[in-house]
Order: sequence, then structure tokens, then C-alpha cells
Amino acid sequence: MQRRVAIIGLGYTPFRPITPDVSFKEMMFEAAQRAYEDAGVCPRKDIDAFVTCEEDFTHGRSIFNIHIPDNIGAVLKRLHTLPAESLYGLADAYMLINTGLVDVMAVESHSKASNMLTPNYLVAHAMDPVYNKPLGYNPYFIAGLEMNRYLHESGVTREQCALVSVKNRANALLNPGAAYGDRLSVDDVLESEMMFWPLSRLDMSSPADGGIVIVLASEEKARTLCKKPIWVRGVGWCSDAPSLETREWGEAVYARLAGEMAYKIAGVKNPRIEVDFAEVDDTFGYKELQHLEALKLCPPGQAGFMVEEGATQREGDFPVNVSGGSLGVGRLDEATGLQKVLEVVLQLRGEAGQRQLRDVSVGLAQSWRGVPANSGAVAILSNE
Amino acid sequence: MRKVAVVGAGMTKFMRRAQETGKELAWETAKLALDSCDLTIKDVDCVVMGTAPDAFDMVHMKSEYLGDGAGAWRKPYVRGFLGGGTGVFTACQAWYHVASGMFDVCLAVTEEKMSSCLPHPQGAFVTCWDQFTESPLGTSLLWFFAWEMNRYMNAHGITQREIAEVSVKNKKNALHHPCAQLPGEITVDDVMNSEIMAWPVKRLDVSPTSDGAVVLVFASEDFAKRITDKPVWVEGVGWCLDTMYIGQRDLYYPKYVEYAARMAYDMAGIKDPRREIDIAEPYDPFSYKELHHAEGLLLCDKGEAVKLLLNGETQRTGRQPWCPSGGALGVGNAIAATGLMKVAELFWQLRGEAGGRQVPGKPRRGVAQAWGDEMQVGTVVVLGV
Repeated sequence: MQRRVAIIGLGYTPFRPITPDVSFKEMMFEAAQRAYEDAGVCPRKDIDAFVTCEEDFTHGRSIFNIHIPDNIGAVLKRLHTLPAESLYGLADAYMLINTGLVDVMAVESHSKASNMLTPNYLVAHAMDPVYNKPLGYNPYFIAGLEMNRYLHESGVTREQCALVSVKNRANALLNPGAAYGDRLSVDDVLESEMMFWPLSRLDMSSPADGGIVIVLASEEKARTLCKKPIWVRGVGWCSDAPSLETREWGEAVYARLAGEMAYKIAGVKNPRIEVDFAEVDDTFGYKELQHLEALKLCPPGQAGFMVEEGATQREGDFPVNVSGGSLGVGRLDEATGLQKVLEVVLQLRGEAGQRQLRDVSVGLAQSWRGVPANSGAVAILSNE
Repeated sequence: MRKVAVVGAGMTKFMRRAQETGKELAWETAKLALDSCDLTIKDVDCVVMGTAPDAFDMVHMKSEYLGDGAGAWRKPYVRGFLGGGTGVFTACQAWYHVASGMFDVCLAVTEEKMSSCLPHPQGAFVTCWDQFTESPLGTSLLWFFAWEMNRYMNAHGITQREIAEVSVKNKKNALHHPCAQLPGEITVDDVMNSEIMAWPVKRLDVSPTSDGAVVLVFASEDFAKRITDKPVWVEGVGWCLDTMYIGQRDLYYPKYVEYAARMAYDMAGIKDPRREIDIAEPYDPFSYKELHHAEGLLLCDKGEAVKLLLNGETQRTGRQPWCPSGGALGVGNAIAATGLMKVAELFWQLRGEAGGRQVPGKPRRGVAQAWGDEMQVGTVVVLGV
């Protein structure tokens, strides 16, 4: 039996394509200050441990961890970095609180993607240095190959994938924090520049800057500190084969296994019925469909029809990426997972403004580590 | 709180340049560790990875790349990172994976391949500093250590010759470590006459750069008792990060190590670490750091570490041996792997399996510590039987 853990505070800066006005340090500070204010805690007195999720290369620093404590009030406290997707940070905090060692924790992640002048060259360094990197490809070709295989195996069409881009960018118009809201047609997406066949430019998300901090607490603390705690009912994470030569190309196995782990902890037997809405990874349009199937949020091969019928629209019976997702909000590198959590928490608290969903009590957040990785995490949150 | 034990350990020979890729090093060592406790990868519920900057091998998202080598295929797998403090933190991380009640067996893998950073890993460290206030000075890591060593010597009136005794002791201890890279019988004069790197730091005050891997197997109490008669318990963990602004800290004393040590001692119920700890493995990438860290670990008063060293109390046969393994100075400094090597040394010593370097008198409790980032993080683990 796991200890109950709740999200009691969140803070974020709006997501924008460029943020020349603030440094990453100022961005972290701003998000942290808002989160602590929201949770009603003082980081120096009340928070027992901090975890941040950042990669060195995306920040152009070695040991990026060095730069963190001063900006989030963590000097001379427990603080560690996970060079991982930020949903792993939530899972990490969930574990640490479950040991009983700590009661209140903060999770921080941010993106300053606009500082990267040549992000594709940077991502190329994530390729296997012996077998793949020397070939000198733009690493995003992997997404094209994967999409092609997924379409082949599932019968999903390019048009159905394009609908995901259309839906999520339209959703983003109602999200004041989103960077890439737009009203597009399927043809706009299909006819946009072909990048890595069959992936076109508008099938792909664009980078954005922004910082997010969430505060978590054990049940006892949450009940004293917070009127509307959002409970973490389950977390899961998993890595599939990293090498291109041995991985599964059609199915998102990492998402399936991470989902199974989270459902087991949360006691969810039938996800499609017990979960009300989801924020899943949509770095590319097809990824949303692939992940919905892997997470058993629709029957195998049905994700394309689901988006076609409008079931995943904001007004549909299973809304997906109401925030706008990565396609609408912008791709936040390591912070992407926390953006998903942010939206689920806002919806469950009833604080999502114009895009508020009605009668929702259980939401799912899922993330993928991004090209060329083959891993990801899942969290199930609830307001009950 | 759920009890967690270390049940198996594996380590490769540390060397200047390993022929194996990082994946291969991780695989070989994971297999050694699992074989040591008769487990297979099927028994492993989750994997944690410790490896220092991606810039060493120029692999972005390095843990993703190392995943299948580390045995993480289709398992929950995550990497923790605290610069040079990573190795011991990996043990903390494995502890909380199991202590949370979510997993029974956790494989803690640390791997480091510094030799692919040409001409020298120093180049990777240069990109650590603040890009506005520090990087433009063109400092190397050694300068920072020189400042700290100088400050430490001045604060307590310690001489370079006294500090050189640490190198002499640790390199001698390493003679009995089958995986050691730079063991040797050297004298204080050898250290004093070696090349000055950044005054007062001399070549033999510095640990070598290394390639290597260390893996430990962590298990829950029930599981551990089923598979071994000699579990070694994780009694305490602590980690603490200080401000990045080096000018705001008095370098004579590592306060962050003290804070981390207090966390670990509180958990372990240790009131007087000087008496209750039998062996210590403070991090010793530079000779003075062993003394500096021992003070932070509250093993002696501030400025007194050198006295314990000079009267032989910290020798392998002394009252409280420090770095009986040979430490980073003797075994080698494969950053993250060296941190976990120190935890592995406690494991072997407490089980009485340390061979030629076994500390006499059946030690029952030990502390391992690592340190890193911009001289600002302390990570501490207490093991006991």
C-alpha cells in the first residue's frame, strides 16, 4: 500500500517561442516563486527536498545542476537532478515521499530552447556514437521512419494524423500560456513542407521557452496546507531498447509498460472508462495516436477513428491535449511532462478558464523523452 | 521506513583508457554484480544510472544510450546526476527506489568513460562555470582546487608536506586493490617534487582520470534475507547542495558535507560518528580533500584531520581507517564510478570480503561520501551489518 501523495502547488511562466527578456535563472525563480505562493510554503522552512529535470547539452553547460539551488530556494537543502523527462521528476518525488524520509517536495523543470542555435545538431549527439552518429543524418529522420511504420501497422492515415495537429493548435487558442495556437485545415498540414516523409512541418511541434515548478506533499501535510489537493494516484516509467537496430518501431512499448505500472498502482482496471481525459505526448501528430493506443485509452488501431469522430476534441467524450499539447503550447524539451501535469492539475482544480472541462475527476499525463529516445513516463492524477 | 540492503557488487578494473564502449563497461559490471549474488536480470525490478557529464563522451542524453547495456531494457530506468557527487547519490537513489515500497530489487549502475574526452576531460569541466561571471576568466578546475587547498592550509596552519601524506597512504592502500589504476609506494618527497599543476596542487596530489564501472544490487529486507546470509544494510543517506556562487562560501570548510552527513547520521541513529563509525571512505580526488571531507563528516574537529593522519589513526590498521580502498588517488577517479566504488568498498569490508585490504577487527559500520558540482554538493551513505 502506497502512501498518498498530492500536488499542492504549481507555478509557471507563459510558454513563448523566445524569451530574450529573462535568463533561465530568472525563469526558474519566477516559476518557483509562483508555485511556493500557490502552495503557501516557504522553500527554506517547509520544503524537504527538491528535484529538477534538465539535460546538460540543451543548456550548453556541463553539470547544469550547479546552477539550480540559488534560483529555487534550495541552498543547503536536499536537491538532485534527473537528466530525464520531467514527469520522471514527479515519479521521483512520489517515491521519496513514499519512503517517509520527506514530506514536502518541489519539482522543477524549464526549457530555454531559444538559446539553442542549432538544436538538430545537438540532438544528433544523442545518437549511438559508434554506429549511428557517424552517418551524419538529421536525427529527426527517426520520427519519419517510425511514423511510416506506425501507419503501416495500425492502418492510421496521414489525414488522421493531420487532424491531431489541427485539433491541438485550435485548443491552444484558448490557452493564454500557449505559443502556437492556430486555426488550420487538414490540407494546411498535409501540404506543408515535407520534412521526413511522411512527416510534414505542421505534423511537428516547435520549440518554446518556459519554466514550471510543482510542489508535492504527503497526505498529512497536504491536508493542512491545501484546500484542493490533487492526488497522485499512480506513476509509471519505462525504457525500451535505445538502439535503432533492435527497437520496436510501430508500437510505443515504453508507454504501454509505463501505463501498466501506473494503472496497477492506481488500481485502474479499465482506463478508457475510469480516466476522464488525458494529456499525452504529441511531439509529432502521430505520437498522440500511437500513445493513446499504447495506454489502452482506445482499442488497438482505433486511435485514427477516435480523432476523426471528434472523440478527443475538447467537447468530445474523451478530451486529449486540451491545453494544446506540444503542438499547440510548444515543445518544452525536458519540461514537457510537467506541462502535461500542469494542465491536468488546472483542469482537476477547475482553474482552466475558457478551456475548462466539465465533470472531470481523473486525468492522465504521459510523456515521451523525444528523438531518438525510446522511453517515457505516466502519471494518473485525481481530485478525489 | 522499509529496510534496504546491499546484496551484490561488481567492479571493472579502472584504467586510463578502456577499449570497451560505455555500454559494454556497464554490461560487464552489471553481470559481475548479479553473478556475485546469484541473480539474473529477470530478478531486477528497476535500474538507476549514475554517470557524470555528457560532455565526457559527447553523448547527449547519455543514460538513454547506456540503457540496454545497464540492463534497463523494458524496465523502469532513470539517471540521477549531482556532478562528482553522483556515485554516492546513485546509492541514495537505489535506496529510495526500494524503500518507497515500489520495487524489491534495484540495480545501481555507475559508468564513466573519461578517455573519450580529448585531449583531457578538463575541457568538459571548463563548460561548468557561470557563463557570465566565471567562464570568461578561463579558469580550469585545478585553479578552484588550488584556492580551496590554499584556504584550508591557511585557516589551520597545515603544510603541503603534511597533506602529501594522504597521497602516500592512499596509493599504498591501493596496492591491495585488484582494480586499482595508480597504486604505489611513494614518499612525501615524491609528492613535493612532482610537477606543480596550480600552486599548491602538485601532480601527485591529484587523482588520475579513469574509465571504469561499478554496480551494486540493492534489495528489500524480505528479498535480501531470502538470498543471502550477509546482507549489508543501508542505515542512512543524505545529500545537500550549497549555493553555486563560490565567492559566497568560505572554502575552508565543506558545510554542505556536514549537512548531508547529519541527515545520514540522524537516519542511522548515530550520535557520535567518531566512535560509532569503523571505516570511512571520504572522497579524495585531491589529497587535501580527504582531510577536508573527514572534517565535514564530523569525524574530527575542524583542522584536526591532519593530526589523525599523522599519528596513524587513519591507516588501514589504525583506529578509524580512511580510504582503505586506496580512494580516488590510488584506485582511480572514474567520477561517478568512484563514488559507488567507495560504497562497494564498505560492502566488501563489512562482509569481510576485502581480501588483502581487509580492515582488521570485524568493522560493523562505515560511511562513504562523494562531493562535486562546483565544490558545492555532499552525498553521504552509511552502511552497517
